[in-house]
Amino acid sequence: MTIIRHQPEKKAPPDAFSEGRTPTFEESAKESLSNSQLRRNLGKATQTIRRKRGVAVAEMPDWEELREAGRALKARTLRHLDDYLVELEESVKRAGGQVHWARDAEEANRIVAGIAKSHGAREVVKVKSIATDETKLNEYLEGEGIAAYETDLAELIIQLAGETSSHILVPAIHKNRSEIRELFMRELGVEDLSDDPPDLANAARLYLRKKFLSAKVGISGANFAVAETGTVCVVESEGNGRMCTTLPPVLVTLMGIEKVIPQWRDYEVFMQLLPRSSTAERMNPYTSFWTGASQGSGDGPEEFHLVLMDNGRTDVLADEIGRQSLNCIRCSACLNVCPVYERTGGHAYNSVYPGPIGAILTPQLVGIGEPGPDSLPYASSLCGACYEVCPVKINIPQVLIHLRGKVVRHKQDEGGLRERLDPENVAMQAMGRIFANRRLYEGAQKAAHVGQWPLARSGTIHRLPGKLAGWTEARDLKPVPEQTFRDWWKTRRGGPSPNGSTGDGAS
Amino acid sequence: MSAAREEILRRIRRSTRDVPDAERPEDVPVERGYRETDDAPRGEIVERFAERTAEYKAKVSRVSESGLPGAIRDALKARGVEKLVVPPGLPEAWVPYGVEVLRDGSGAGAQLTNDELDRSDGVLTGCALGISQTGTIVLDAGEAQGRRALTLLPDYHLCVVREEQVVGLVPEAFAGLRETVVGEGRAITFISGPSATSDIELNRVEGVHGPRTLEVLIVG
Repeated sequence: MTIIRHQPEKKAPPDAFSEGRTPTFEESAKESLSNSQLRRNLGKATQTIRRKRGVAVAEMPDWEELREAGRALKARTLRHLDDYLVELEESVKRAGGQVHWARDAEEANRIVAGIAKSHGAREVVKVKSIATDETKLNEYLEGEGIAAYETDLAELIIQLAGETSSHILVPAIHKNRSEIRELFMRELGVEDLSDDPPDLANAARLYLRKKFLSAKVGISGANFAVAETGTVCVVESEGNGRMCTTLPPVLVTLMGIEKVIPQWRDYEVFMQLLPRSSTAERMNPYTSFWTGASQGSGDGPEEFHLVLMDNGRTDVLADEIGRQSLNCIRCSACLNVCPVYERTGGHAYNSVYPGPIGAILTPQLVGIGEPGPDSLPYASSLCGACYEVCPVKINIPQVLIHLRGKVVRHKQDEGGLRERLDPENVAMQAMGRIFANRRLYEGAQKAAHVGQWPLARSGTIHRLPGKLAGWTEARDLKPVPEQTFRDWWKTRRGGPSPNGSTGDGAS
Repeated sequence: MSAAREEILRRIRRSTRDVPDAERPEDVPVERGYRETDDAPRGEIVERFAERTAEYKAKVSRVSESGLPGAIRDALKARGVEKLVVPPGLPEAWVPYGVEVLRDGSGAGAQLTNDELDRSDGVLTGCALGISQTGTIVLDAGEAQGRRALTLLPDYHLCVVREEQVVGLVPEAFAGLRETVVGEGRAITFISGPSATSDIELNRVEGVHGPRTLEVLIVG
């Protein structure tokens, strides 16, 4: 097999973290749903991983205790985040590392590029890192004349294809083996390549080995960093993480400020929760833990930089209900169980954070008020499967509902007359008044029962008339039944409500 | 830079105004109700380690102390290893005759280059710990293990684990490694089977960037 060329040329499409507006979830989902290849790839993949995760978790008699410990450790950290970050900074410095602080993506990119340039690096090797996807680091580096090579197999695939990730753990989940074979033959110039996964993996091995051996600067994210010791950790499978964090003489790690954990021993919780939730393995093939720079030991980078990035995280922290979203350890279990994600795939979310966790993280990180991110809290049936599998017990449905409220309030407060006269808004406010008053509620039920007959003749309302049609665009509606529960209760008891209450509540 | 630091810390304090001033981190309860030690008999713990390491496609053999040098020789021969990387502190009795030994020294100049490691046929090491619950080998860059690159660039890793090094559960491993990390700041690597990826249709493929073959000899 010969590999003759490669330059990452294609640009990934913009998302919620780029400049400019993104489409809404509904708009993008329509596109994804019409791609039957995508739906087949995704259906197969999510089913496989769901089943495997079930087996890996069932093996653990203390799974619930671990989840609770994970949640509590994150809660402790977030409530005292300033203390832990200062402690982390001291620990990393003590171990010979350097610490940088970045208020936003631009500042983070500038710091990373500055370090690479100070070493004259024209090429850097990268471990899969969503934080750097969030900041669009690769594009920024390219603008500075530095080529960033993604070394995770899936990241390489989507970089070559000029696409974005569609899954936190397996970013190229939307591509099947024959699509990957074609891509490698075209972009890497590989001849006589089969579509056998080991063959495809070997093509990546040959191509990237030279990069690992020659790169002066490695760039990684962090799964965790311990405040007590300064020990940073990268959890991976392929060995590209070990390569990037060990071989280049300079290592830059960009991490969100929420990734800090208090003590070394806390790894005993997260290193049990993460592998089983994400790849459904007892343990992932490789985990690297390093503390500062090599300091003359000859083991690993001589220079280590840790960049601590906010980029909207402190806004998430300020919301007492939304704060738990920062517990996320990026396992992707919630994506794999989500009936919405399973059908639409990750691209419909227009964010580096797709799926249920993305639906709550994205609008909080970028802020409410943009149509794309604002549509994400509605990308859910609120079935609660995501909450059940979450290894750090993020109550995703609770945050989704909370954010829907924020989106609506934002429209009412900031939206001006047009938003306030929006049919849904007017209808919801009218319904709010009706639901709060028994007489109005009973009257409305009677009126609806009489008024609905032309719509509900088939037993289901497929389309509401006029301005209300939006409601039935993506869902059917059950008609008001012949006999309501309240009517039935009256005939059964022969009187008004059982406790004799005469209040106005529609209990 | 320090302006960014001060601002981020100020934002955090503003965002956590609901946290009472008097509350200390330890005041936020963390219930560690999970298992911290494995009560199973030693024999069972070691047996489970062997099984689970093998489940991750590592080749696992159990050998006696006296049979170890022979087992190492046989494994290297079967693999066709001619150039073998050896870390500092590896017991001399483990190093077989008939192979070219590439010794990594400590200190600058004495170290093998990355190219030398890349061109070698394999590496022989000991380990710091084994974890039975997960089939994991732990390296801590200590005696008979060496720096991380040694076990990363060669395509074949032969690892010797002594029965007494095998712990039951994950928390026991982190407790055992604490001194190395806190005291010496050495790097730790967890290895569970050979390098792998599930990136193509979620099919597990062994062997991407790290050693594509991992062989484990359990001595006891």
